[in-house]
Amino acid sequence: MASALINVPPSARRGEIIQIKTLISHVMETGYRRTSLGVVIPRDILRLFVCSYNGEEVFRAEIHPAIAANPYFAFNTIATESGTLVFTWTGDNGFSATESVAIRVE
Amino acid sequence: MKRRDFLAVGGVIGAAFGLGAAAVRATPAEVKEAILQLTGTARVTAGRVTLDLPPLVENGNSVPLTIRVDSPMTVADHVKAVHVFVEKNPQPYVASLHLGPRAGRASVSTRIRLADSQTVVAVCQMSDGSFWSGSAESVVTLAACTEPSS
Repeated sequence: MASALINVPPSARRGEIIQIKTLISHVMETGYRRTSLGVVIPRDILRLFVCSYNGEEVFRAEIHPAIAANPYFAFNTIATESGTLVFTWTGDNGFSATESVAIRVE
Repeated sequence: MKRRDFLAVGGVIGAAFGLGAAAVRATPAEVKEAILQLTGTARVTAGRVTLDLPPLVENGNSVPLTIRVDSPMTVADHVKAVHVFVEKNPQPYVASLHLGPRAGRASVSTRIRLADSQTVVAVCQMSDGSFWSGSAESVVTLAACTEPSS
């Protein structure tokens, strides 16, 4: 099963720009590689990563096989209010993973 | 298996792999077309976009890339999206990163695959409809994407 690492500062001042780092374990098989017998290994990648802050989308990445295995993203958002950050990854073969992290804004 | 058979099989596999590797390769023209599809008739101006990419990469399977765009990131003037392209991977697309005024700072980091020494291009779409671009070059000693798995 997928495991994700998410780094969000647990608390922030209102209006502060915070950096969010995410990493999820996934092979990101490109669909261009072959086995030693010449058989093409079928594609198995993540296609979409979305981060929403209290229901509002703050970052979205549409990704292709050129993203390295175990996709890593670091991006910024403004800490507006206390609430929840929801991270969703979707991909080939019905892959879907969701994680949520609470943030306290003072 | 006799030595002769072994060589024959090896030759066939080698040829198949060689052909496959030659067939799957984007070209600078494809990148231009992909960018054109994105921008339509709008002009793309060089500048405002900075790519942080190591100039020399040992392993193309995981290359750190940071993209920064010079933008105030306000509701009136912000980065809508950054599209990343490469010339010599099997396909020109790497990622489309969508930001907005909620981002606060237009800076995104990720890790990409590079199948060869090549130029990475980022095209940035601003909220006013203008397009800006930046690029960086990297020399890769061990390629990614098409190598056989062991």
